Amino acid sequence: MLDDFLLRALLAGLMVALAAGPLGCFVVWRRMAYFGDATAHAALLGVALALGFALNLYLGIVLVALAMAMTVSALAGRGWAMDTTLGVLAHSALACGLVAVSYLPGVRVDLTSYLFGDILAVSRADLAVIALGAGAVLALLVWRWRALLTATLSEDLAHAAGINPARERLVLTVALAIVVAVSLKIVGALLIAAMLIIPAAAARNLARGPESMALGAIVLGGLAVWGGLQLSLAQDTPSGPSIVVVAAGLFLATTLGRALLQKRSTR
Amino acid sequence: MSLIAAQNLAVRLGGREVLHSVALSIDPGEIVTIVGPNGSGKSTLVRALLGVVPLAQGKITRKPGLRIGYVPQKLHIDPTMPLPVGRFLSLPDRQSTARMTEVLGRVGVPDVLAQDMTTLSGGQFQRVLLARALLSRPDILILDEATAGLDQPGTASFYRLIEDVRRELGCAVLAVSHDLHVVMSASDRVICLNGHICCSGAPHVVRDAPEYRALFGHGTGGALALYQHEHDHDHDHDHDHEEHAHAG
Repeated sequence: MLDDFLLRALLAGLMVALAAGPLGCFVVWRRMAYFGDATAHAALLGVALALGFALNLYLGIVLVALAMAMTVSALAGRGWAMDTTLGVLAHSALACGLVAVSYLPGVRVDLTSYLFGDILAVSRADLAVIALGAGAVLALLVWRWRALLTATLSEDLAHAAGINPARERLVLTVALAIVVAVSLKIVGALLIAAMLIIPAAAARNLARGPESMALGAIVLGGLAVWGGLQLSLAQDTPSGPSIVVVAAGLFLATTLGRALLQKRSTR
Repeated sequence: MSLIAAQNLAVRLGGREVLHSVALSIDPGEIVTIVGPNGSGKSTLVRALLGVVPLAQGKITRKPGLRIGYVPQKLHIDPTMPLPVGRFLSLPDRQSTARMTEVLGRVGVPDVLAQDMTTLSGGQFQRVLLARALLSRPDILILDEATAGLDQPGTASFYRLIEDVRRELGCAVLAVSHDLHVVMSASDRVICLNGHICCSGAPHVVRDAPEYRALFGHGTGGALALYQHEHDHDHDHDHDHEEHAHAG
Protein backbone atom coordinates (compact mmCIF):
# COMPACT_ATOMS: atom_id res chain seq x y z
CA MET A 1 0.00 0.00 0.00
CA LEU A 2 3.01 2.29 0.42
CA ASP A 3 3.64 2.18 -3.31
CA ASP A 4 1.73 5.38 -3.83
CA PHE A 5 4.23 8.24 -3.56
CA LEU A 6 1.50 10.63 -2.46
CA LEU A 7 0.53 8.40 0.44
CA ARG A 8 4.18 8.11 1.47
CA ALA A 9 4.55 11.89 1.30
CA LEU A 10 1.45 12.43 3.41
CA LEU A 11 2.52 9.86 6.01
CA ALA A 12 6.02 11.33 6.22
CA GLY A 13 4.62 14.82 6.66
CA LEU A 14 2.12 13.77 9.31
CA MET A 15 4.81 11.97 11.29
CA VAL A 16 7.01 15.05 11.23
CA ALA A 17 4.04 17.14 12.39
CA LEU A 18 3.51 14.70 15.26
CA ALA A 19 7.02 15.33 16.63
CA ALA A 20 7.41 18.95 15.56
CA GLY A 21 4.13 20.05 17.20
CA PRO A 22 5.00 19.49 20.87
CA LEU A 23 8.70 20.24 20.34
CA GLY A 24 7.73 23.47 18.59
CA CYS A 25 5.75 24.48 21.68
CA PHE A 26 8.92 24.29 23.76
CA VAL A 27 10.81 26.24 21.10
CA VAL A 28 8.14 28.95 21.36
CA TRP A 29 7.85 28.91 25.18
CA ARG A 30 11.60 29.05 25.66
CA ARG A 31 12.06 31.68 22.97
CA MET A 32 14.36 29.40 21.04
CA ALA A 33 13.00 30.24 17.59
CA TYR A 34 16.33 31.42 16.26
CA PHE A 35 18.00 28.49 17.98
CA GLY A 36 15.85 26.14 15.89
CA ASP A 37 16.82 28.11 12.82
CA ALA A 38 20.53 27.80 13.52
CA THR A 39 20.25 24.07 14.07
CA ALA A 40 18.24 23.62 10.90
CA HIS A 41 20.63 25.67 8.81
CA ALA A 42 23.48 23.50 10.04
CA ALA A 43 21.68 20.50 8.55
CA LEU A 44 22.98 21.36 5.10
CA LEU A 45 26.53 21.07 6.36
CA GLY A 46 25.51 17.66 7.69
CA VAL A 47 24.30 16.69 4.22
CA ALA A 48 27.63 17.72 2.66
CA LEU A 49 29.66 15.84 5.28
CA ALA A 50 27.49 12.72 4.99
CA LEU A 51 27.84 12.68 1.21
CA GLY A 52 31.55 13.50 1.35
CA PHE A 53 32.40 10.76 3.84
CA ALA A 54 29.79 8.30 2.57
CA LEU A 55 27.96 8.34 5.87
CA ASN A 56 24.28 7.76 6.35
CA LEU A 57 22.55 11.02 5.44
CA TYR A 58 20.34 11.15 8.52
CA LEU A 59 23.23 10.30 10.83
CA GLY A 60 25.32 13.08 9.32
CA ILE A 61 22.55 15.62 9.82
CA VAL A 62 21.82 14.54 13.40
CA LEU A 63 25.50 14.78 14.32
CA VAL A 64 26.05 18.23 12.82
CA ALA A 65 22.74 19.56 14.16
CA LEU A 66 23.63 18.24 17.60
CA ALA A 67 27.09 19.81 17.44
CA MET A 68 25.52 23.11 16.43
CA ALA A 69 22.92 23.01 19.18
CA MET A 70 25.55 22.16 21.81
CA THR A 71 27.80 24.99 20.62
CA VAL A 72 24.94 27.45 20.87
CA SER A 73 23.98 26.20 24.36
CA ALA A 74 27.57 26.46 25.54
CA LEU A 75 27.98 30.00 24.20
CA ALA A 76 24.64 31.05 25.67
CA GLY A 77 25.80 29.77 29.06
CA ARG A 78 28.80 32.09 28.89
CA GLY A 79 26.66 35.17 28.55
CA TRP A 80 27.14 35.96 24.87
CA ALA A 81 24.50 38.13 23.28
CA MET A 82 22.19 35.45 22.00
CA ASP A 83 20.75 36.98 18.86
CA THR A 84 24.14 38.00 17.49
CA THR A 85 25.71 34.64 18.31
CA LEU A 86 22.87 32.78 16.66
CA GLY A 87 22.89 35.07 13.67
CA VAL A 88 26.60 34.44 13.16
CA LEU A 89 26.34 30.69 13.68
CA ALA A 90 23.15 30.08 11.68
CA HIS A 91 24.30 31.83 8.57
CA SER A 92 27.88 30.61 8.81
CA ALA A 93 26.64 27.04 9.03
CA LEU A 94 24.37 27.51 6.04
CA ALA A 95 27.12 29.16 4.00
CA CYS A 96 29.66 26.48 4.98
CA GLY A 97 27.15 23.83 3.97
CA LEU A 98 26.58 25.44 0.58
CA VAL A 99 30.31 25.78 -0.04
CA ALA A 100 31.04 22.23 1.18
CA VAL A 101 28.40 20.77 -1.13
CA SER A 102 30.08 22.40 -4.14
CA TYR A 103 33.32 20.55 -3.31
CA LEU A 104 31.68 17.15 -3.51
CA PRO A 105 33.42 15.29 -6.36
CA GLY A 106 31.37 13.67 -9.07
CA VAL A 107 28.01 13.76 -7.41
CA ARG A 108 25.74 16.41 -8.70
CA VAL A 109 23.77 17.29 -5.64
CA ASP A 110 20.32 18.66 -6.11
CA LEU A 111 20.61 21.57 -3.72
CA THR A 112 17.04 22.74 -4.02
CA SER A 113 15.70 19.46 -2.67
CA TYR A 114 17.75 19.98 0.51
CA LEU A 115 16.98 23.67 0.80
CA PHE A 116 13.26 23.45 0.10
CA GLY A 117 12.46 19.79 0.69
CA ASP A 118 11.32 17.09 -1.68
CA ILE A 119 8.48 15.38 0.09
CA LEU A 120 7.25 13.65 -3.06
CA ALA A 121 10.57 11.76 -3.31
CA VAL A 122 10.22 10.13 0.12
CA SER A 123 11.15 6.46 -0.23
CA ARG A 124 10.06 3.53 1.92
CA ALA A 125 13.45 3.60 3.65
CA ASP A 126 13.04 7.33 4.33
CA LEU A 127 9.61 6.63 5.74
CA ALA A 128 11.03 4.07 8.14
CA VAL A 129 13.72 6.49 9.36
CA ILE A 130 11.20 9.31 9.76
CA ALA A 131 8.84 7.04 11.69
CA LEU A 132 11.67 5.96 13.96
CA GLY A 133 12.94 9.51 14.53
CA ALA A 134 9.54 11.12 15.03
CA GLY A 135 8.44 8.27 17.28
CA ALA A 136 11.57 8.58 19.39
CA VAL A 137 11.13 12.34 19.80
CA LEU A 138 7.46 12.01 20.69
CA ALA A 139 8.21 9.28 23.24
CA LEU A 140 11.04 11.36 24.73
CA LEU A 141 8.79 14.42 25.09
CA VAL A 142 5.91 12.44 26.62
CA TRP A 143 8.27 10.72 29.04
CA ARG A 144 9.93 13.96 30.21
CA TRP A 145 6.84 16.16 29.82
CA ARG A 146 6.36 17.31 33.43
CA ALA A 147 10.05 17.82 34.04
CA LEU A 148 10.40 19.71 30.75
CA LEU A 149 7.45 21.97 31.57
CA THR A 150 8.75 22.69 35.07
CA ALA A 151 12.25 23.46 33.82
CA THR A 152 10.81 25.67 31.08
CA LEU A 153 8.77 27.61 33.62
CA SER A 154 11.67 28.24 35.99
CA GLU A 155 15.04 26.60 36.47
CA ASP A 156 14.97 27.48 40.16
CA LEU A 157 11.59 25.81 40.70
CA ALA A 158 12.90 22.77 38.84
CA HIS A 159 15.97 22.56 41.06
CA ALA A 160 13.84 22.86 44.19
CA ALA A 161 11.72 19.94 42.95
CA GLY A 162 14.81 17.81 42.31
CA ILE A 163 14.78 18.24 38.52
CA ASN A 164 18.02 19.04 36.74
CA PRO A 165 17.24 21.76 34.15
CA ALA A 166 20.51 21.10 32.29
CA ARG A 167 19.39 17.54 31.61
CA GLU A 168 16.01 18.74 30.33
CA ARG A 169 17.75 21.25 28.06
CA LEU A 170 19.80 18.38 26.68
CA VAL A 171 16.62 16.38 26.04
CA LEU A 172 15.25 19.26 23.98
CA THR A 173 18.55 19.72 22.13
CA VAL A 174 18.68 16.06 21.13
CA ALA A 175 15.00 16.11 20.12
CA LEU A 176 15.63 19.21 18.03
CA ALA A 177 18.55 17.60 16.20
CA ILE A 178 16.44 14.51 15.39
CA VAL A 179 13.47 16.57 14.19
CA VAL A 180 15.76 18.64 11.98
CA ALA A 181 17.19 15.48 10.45
CA VAL A 182 13.83 13.87 9.68
CA SER A 183 12.22 17.11 8.46
CA LEU A 184 14.92 17.97 5.93
CA LYS A 185 13.30 15.94 3.14
CA ILE A 186 9.85 17.29 4.00
CA VAL A 187 10.27 21.05 4.20
CA GLY A 188 13.97 21.64 3.56
CA ALA A 189 16.71 23.27 5.63
CA LEU A 190 15.46 26.81 5.15
CA LEU A 191 11.95 26.10 6.43
CA ILE A 192 12.34 23.48 9.18
CA ALA A 193 12.09 26.14 11.87
CA ALA A 194 8.77 27.20 10.33
CA MET A 195 7.34 23.71 10.90
CA LEU A 196 8.35 24.01 14.55
CA ILE A 197 7.17 27.51 15.24
CA ILE A 198 4.14 28.27 13.07
CA PRO A 199 1.84 25.39 14.12
CA ALA A 200 2.73 25.98 17.79
CA ALA A 201 2.12 29.74 17.47
CA ALA A 202 -1.20 29.08 15.73
CA ALA A 203 -2.22 26.60 18.44
CA ARG A 204 -1.48 29.22 21.13
CA ASN A 205 -4.50 31.13 19.88
CA LEU A 206 -6.81 28.21 20.58
CA ALA A 207 -5.29 26.55 23.65
CA ARG A 208 -6.19 26.87 27.33
CA GLY A 209 -3.26 24.84 28.67
CA PRO A 210 0.17 23.58 27.64
CA GLU A 211 -1.09 20.09 26.73
CA SER A 212 -3.91 21.37 24.55
CA MET A 213 -1.45 23.72 22.84
CA ALA A 214 0.83 20.77 22.01
CA LEU A 215 -2.11 18.74 20.67
CA GLY A 216 -3.33 21.74 18.71
CA ALA A 217 0.13 22.18 17.18
CA ILE A 218 0.08 18.55 16.04
CA VAL A 219 -3.38 18.89 14.47
CA LEU A 220 -2.61 22.22 12.79
CA GLY A 221 0.79 20.94 11.60
CA GLY A 222 -0.95 17.88 10.14
CA LEU A 223 -3.51 20.09 8.41
CA ALA A 224 -0.71 22.21 6.97
CA VAL A 225 1.02 19.11 5.58
CA TRP A 226 -2.20 17.83 4.01
CA GLY A 227 -3.20 21.24 2.61
CA GLY A 228 0.32 21.98 1.41
CA LEU A 229 0.48 18.70 -0.50
CA GLN A 230 -2.84 19.44 -2.19
CA LEU A 231 -1.63 22.91 -3.09
CA SER A 232 1.65 21.53 -4.40
CA LEU A 233 -0.16 18.98 -6.58
CA ALA A 234 -2.79 21.34 -7.90
CA GLN A 235 -0.51 24.28 -8.64
CA ASP A 236 2.76 22.44 -9.22
CA THR A 237 4.43 24.49 -6.46
CA PRO A 238 7.41 23.25 -4.39
CA SER A 239 6.06 21.06 -1.59
CA GLY A 240 8.01 22.44 1.41
CA PRO A 241 7.13 26.10 0.88
CA SER A 242 3.52 25.10 0.08
CA ILE A 243 3.19 23.37 3.46
CA VAL A 244 4.59 26.43 5.23
CA VAL A 245 2.26 28.73 3.27
CA VAL A 246 -0.76 26.73 4.48
CA ALA A 247 0.62 26.75 8.04
CA ALA A 248 0.95 30.53 7.84
CA GLY A 249 -2.65 30.71 6.62
CA LEU A 250 -3.77 28.67 9.63
CA PHE A 251 -1.83 30.99 11.94
CA LEU A 252 -3.52 34.00 10.40
CA ALA A 253 -6.95 32.39 10.69
CA THR A 254 -6.56 31.42 14.38
CA THR A 255 -5.10 34.81 15.24
CA LEU A 256 -8.00 36.63 13.60
CA GLY A 257 -10.47 34.20 15.19
CA ARG A 258 -9.04 34.84 18.63
CA ALA A 259 -9.09 38.61 18.16
CA LEU A 260 -12.74 38.46 17.08
CA LEU A 261 -13.69 36.28 20.06
CA GLN A 262 -11.95 38.61 22.50
CA LYS A 263 -13.65 41.61 20.98
CA ARG A 264 -17.03 39.95 21.37
CA SER A 265 -16.38 38.94 24.97
CA THR A 266 -15.28 42.41 26.01
CA ARG A 267 -18.40 44.00 24.58
CA MET B 1 19.82 16.24 62.38
CA SER B 2 19.50 19.51 60.54
CA LEU B 3 17.43 19.70 57.36
CA ILE B 4 19.97 21.55 55.34
CA ALA B 5 23.45 22.72 56.21
CA ALA B 6 26.15 24.70 54.48
CA GLN B 7 29.82 24.55 55.45
CA ASN B 8 32.44 27.10 54.54
CA LEU B 9 30.50 28.13 51.46
CA ALA B 10 31.97 30.32 48.75
CA VAL B 11 30.29 31.30 45.48
CA ARG B 12 31.80 33.20 42.57
CA LEU B 13 29.66 34.72 39.85
CA GLY B 14 31.39 36.11 36.80
CA GLY B 15 34.75 36.19 38.60
CA ARG B 16 33.38 38.16 41.54
CA GLU B 17 33.24 36.52 44.93
CA VAL B 18 29.62 36.92 46.02
CA LEU B 19 29.72 34.74 49.12
CA HIS B 20 32.57 33.51 51.27
CA SER B 21 32.96 31.49 54.47
CA VAL B 22 29.23 31.06 54.93
CA ALA B 23 28.15 28.38 57.39
CA LEU B 24 24.59 27.81 58.43
CA SER B 25 22.24 25.01 59.27
CA ILE B 26 18.49 24.88 59.67
CA ASP B 27 16.75 22.53 62.06
CA PRO B 28 13.25 21.09 61.64
CA GLY B 29 10.52 23.59 62.48
CA GLU B 30 12.88 26.55 62.79
CA ILE B 31 12.17 29.95 61.25
CA VAL B 32 15.33 31.55 59.96
CA THR B 33 15.45 34.93 58.28
CA ILE B 34 18.35 36.11 56.16
CA VAL B 35 18.63 39.88 55.93
CA GLY B 36 21.12 41.92 54.02
CA PRO B 37 21.33 44.98 51.79
CA ASN B 38 21.01 44.77 48.00
CA GLY B 39 23.87 42.85 46.48
CA SER B 40 24.77 41.14 49.73
CA GLY B 41 24.35 37.67 48.20
CA LYS B 42 21.01 36.76 49.82
CA SER B 43 19.45 35.37 46.68
CA THR B 44 22.70 33.70 45.68
CA LEU B 45 22.80 31.94 49.04
CA VAL B 46 19.26 30.66 48.52
CA ARG B 47 20.10 29.53 45.00
CA ALA B 48 23.21 27.79 46.28
CA LEU B 49 21.12 25.97 48.89
CA LEU B 50 18.70 24.90 46.16
CA GLY B 51 21.62 23.64 44.10
CA VAL B 52 21.20 26.12 41.25
CA VAL B 53 24.56 27.89 41.41
CA PRO B 54 27.83 25.97 41.51
CA LEU B 55 29.94 26.31 44.65
CA ALA B 56 33.48 27.64 44.44
CA GLN B 57 34.21 26.11 47.81
CA GLY B 58 32.51 24.33 50.70
CA LYS B 59 29.64 21.91 50.67
CA ILE B 60 25.93 21.67 51.27
CA THR B 61 24.32 18.72 52.96
CA ARG B 62 20.62 18.06 52.73
CA LYS B 63 18.71 15.55 54.80
CA PRO B 64 18.08 12.59 52.49
CA GLY B 65 14.65 12.89 50.86
CA LEU B 66 14.29 16.52 51.93
CA ARG B 67 11.21 18.13 50.39
CA ILE B 68 11.69 21.82 49.65
CA GLY B 69 8.79 24.18 49.05
CA TYR B 70 10.32 27.08 47.17
CA VAL B 71 8.58 30.42 46.72
CA PRO B 72 10.63 32.56 44.31
CA GLN B 73 10.85 36.32 44.36
CA LYS B 74 9.07 36.48 41.06
CA LEU B 75 8.18 34.10 38.31
CA HIS B 76 7.96 35.22 34.73
CA ILE B 77 5.48 33.18 32.74
CA ASP B 78 5.97 33.64 29.04
CA PRO B 79 2.70 34.82 27.48
CA THR B 80 3.13 32.19 24.77
CA MET B 81 2.40 29.50 27.35
CA PRO B 82 -1.26 29.14 28.35
CA LEU B 83 -1.16 28.02 31.97
CA PRO B 84 -4.22 27.72 34.21
CA VAL B 85 -3.56 27.84 37.96
CA GLY B 86 -4.61 24.20 38.36
CA ARG B 87 -2.06 23.07 35.79
CA PHE B 88 0.65 25.15 37.42
CA LEU B 89 -0.04 23.60 40.83
CA SER B 90 0.27 20.12 39.30
CA LEU B 91 3.88 20.72 38.26
CA PRO B 92 5.88 18.61 38.50
CA ASP B 93 3.66 16.21 40.48
CA ARG B 94 0.01 15.67 39.72
CA GLN B 95 -2.34 16.91 42.45
CA SER B 96 -5.99 16.11 42.97
CA THR B 97 -8.48 18.90 42.33
CA ALA B 98 -9.83 18.48 45.86
CA ARG B 99 -6.44 19.04 47.43
CA MET B 100 -5.60 21.97 45.15
CA THR B 101 -8.91 23.62 46.02
CA GLU B 102 -8.28 23.02 49.71
CA VAL B 103 -4.79 24.53 49.66
CA LEU B 104 -5.87 27.49 47.50
CA GLY B 105 -8.62 28.14 50.05
CA ARG B 106 -6.07 27.93 52.85
CA VAL B 107 -3.88 30.62 51.30
CA GLY B 108 -6.87 32.85 50.64
CA VAL B 109 -7.43 32.53 46.89
CA PRO B 110 -10.21 29.91 46.72
CA ASP B 111 -11.62 30.69 43.28
CA VAL B 112 -8.66 30.94 40.93
CA LEU B 113 -8.18 27.26 40.00
CA ALA B 114 -9.34 27.64 36.38
CA GLN B 115 -7.91 31.12 35.85
CA ASP B 116 -4.86 31.64 33.67
CA MET B 117 -1.73 32.51 35.68
CA THR B 118 -1.23 35.73 33.73
CA THR B 119 -4.61 37.10 34.85
CA LEU B 120 -3.75 36.99 38.58
CA SER B 121 -2.95 40.10 40.60
CA GLY B 122 0.44 40.37 42.30
CA GLY B 123 -0.93 39.28 45.67
CA GLN B 124 -2.92 36.39 44.18
CA PHE B 125 0.14 35.28 42.21
CA GLN B 126 2.35 35.07 45.32
CA ARG B 127 -0.37 33.14 47.15
CA VAL B 128 -0.59 30.67 44.29
CA LEU B 129 3.20 30.27 44.41
CA LEU B 130 2.89 29.59 48.14
CA ALA B 131 0.08 27.09 47.50
CA ARG B 132 2.27 25.25 45.03
CA ALA B 133 5.09 25.10 47.57
CA LEU B 134 2.69 23.78 50.24
CA LEU B 135 1.25 21.07 48.00
CA SER B 136 4.52 19.18 48.08
CA ARG B 137 4.13 18.88 51.90
CA PRO B 138 7.56 20.45 52.40
CA ASP B 139 9.96 19.89 55.27
CA ILE B 140 11.19 23.40 54.66
CA LEU B 141 9.69 26.45 52.98
CA ILE B 142 12.22 28.68 51.26
CA LEU B 143 10.99 32.20 50.54
CA ASP B 144 13.23 34.45 48.47
CA GLU B 145 11.87 37.94 49.08
CA ALA B 146 8.50 36.46 48.29
CA THR B 147 6.78 39.77 49.02
CA ALA B 148 8.96 41.95 46.80
CA GLY B 149 6.06 42.90 44.52
CA LEU B 150 3.52 43.48 47.29
CA ASP B 151 2.57 46.66 49.10
CA GLN B 152 2.90 47.05 52.86
CA PRO B 153 -0.49 45.60 53.92
CA GLY B 154 -0.07 42.81 51.35
CA THR B 155 3.36 41.97 52.71
CA ALA B 156 2.16 41.94 56.29
CA SER B 157 -0.79 39.67 55.57
CA PHE B 158 1.40 37.38 53.44
CA TYR B 159 3.83 36.89 56.31
CA ARG B 160 0.97 36.38 58.77
CA LEU B 161 -0.28 33.66 56.45
CA ILE B 162 3.17 32.04 56.38
CA GLU B 163 3.28 32.02 60.17
CA ASP B 164 -0.16 30.39 60.39
CA VAL B 165 0.67 27.82 57.76
CA ARG B 166 3.96 27.00 59.41
CA ARG B 167 2.24 26.42 62.74
CA GLU B 168 -0.15 24.01 61.06
CA LEU B 169 2.46 22.11 59.06
CA GLY B 170 5.37 22.36 61.47
CA CYS B 171 7.80 22.86 58.61
CA ALA B 172 10.94 24.94 58.82
CA VAL B 173 11.02 28.32 57.08
CA LEU B 174 13.99 30.04 55.50
CA ALA B 175 12.99 33.54 54.46
CA VAL B 176 15.10 36.14 52.72
CA SER B 177 14.32 39.78 53.24
CA HIS B 178 15.90 43.15 52.82
CA ASP B 179 13.52 44.42 55.44
CA LEU B 180 14.11 43.00 58.90
CA HIS B 181 11.01 44.56 60.41
CA VAL B 182 8.34 42.55 58.68
CA VAL B 183 9.51 39.04 59.44
CA MET B 184 11.38 39.78 62.60
CA SER B 185 8.71 38.95 65.15
CA ALA B 186 8.24 35.36 64.02
CA SER B 187 11.87 34.44 63.41
CA ASP B 188 13.75 32.13 65.75
CA ARG B 189 17.01 33.27 64.28
CA VAL B 190 18.14 36.11 62.05
CA ILE B 191 21.23 35.93 59.91
CA CYS B 192 22.66 39.19 58.73
CA LEU B 193 24.46 38.70 55.46
CA ASN B 194 26.84 40.88 53.50
CA GLY B 195 29.00 38.57 51.41
CA HIS B 196 29.66 36.68 54.62
CA ILE B 197 27.62 36.24 57.78
CA CYS B 198 28.11 39.46 59.76
CA CYS B 199 26.11 38.42 62.76
CA SER B 200 23.32 36.07 63.68
CA GLY B 201 21.07 35.22 66.56
CA ALA B 202 17.69 36.04 68.00
CA PRO B 203 15.99 39.01 66.27
CA HIS B 204 16.58 41.52 69.05
CA VAL B 205 20.21 40.45 69.37
CA VAL B 206 20.84 41.03 65.69
CA ARG B 207 18.95 44.28 65.69
CA ASP B 208 21.18 45.63 68.43
CA ALA B 209 24.39 44.17 67.01
CA PRO B 210 26.91 46.77 65.82
CA GLU B 211 27.40 44.80 62.55
CA TYR B 212 23.71 45.08 61.75
CA ARG B 213 23.65 48.74 62.68
CA ALA B 214 26.64 49.33 60.47
CA LEU B 215 24.79 47.82 57.52
CA PHE B 216 21.32 49.18 58.10
CA GLY B 217 21.46 51.75 60.86
CA HIS B 218 23.94 54.31 59.65
CA GLY B 219 23.37 54.13 55.92
CA THR B 220 21.12 57.07 55.17
CA GLY B 221 19.26 59.41 57.38
CA GLY B 222 15.99 57.75 56.52
CA ALA B 223 17.19 54.30 57.42
CA LEU B 224 18.61 55.57 60.67
CA ALA B 225 15.30 57.17 61.56
CA LEU B 226 13.54 53.94 60.79
CA TYR B 227 15.91 51.99 62.95
CA GLN B 228 15.62 54.30 65.92
CA HIS B 229 11.89 54.42 65.64
CA GLU B 230 11.72 50.66 65.79
CA HIS B 231 14.19 50.57 68.65
CA ASP B 232 12.19 53.00 70.79
CA HIS B 233 9.19 50.75 70.78
CA ASP B 234 11.07 47.57 71.45
CA HIS B 235 8.76 44.59 70.94
CA ASP B 236 5.93 46.42 69.35
CA HIS B 237 5.57 45.04 65.82
CA ASP B 238 1.98 45.58 64.98
CA HIS B 239 1.03 46.38 61.44
CA ASP B 240 -0.09 50.00 61.73
CA HIS B 241 3.13 50.77 63.34
CA GLU B 242 5.10 49.37 60.41
CA GLU B 243 3.30 51.60 58.00
CA HIS B 244 3.90 54.60 60.13
CA ALA B 245 7.59 53.79 60.33
CA HIS B 246 7.89 53.51 56.58
CA ALA B 247 5.92 56.63 55.91
CA GLY B 248 8.31 58.55 58.13
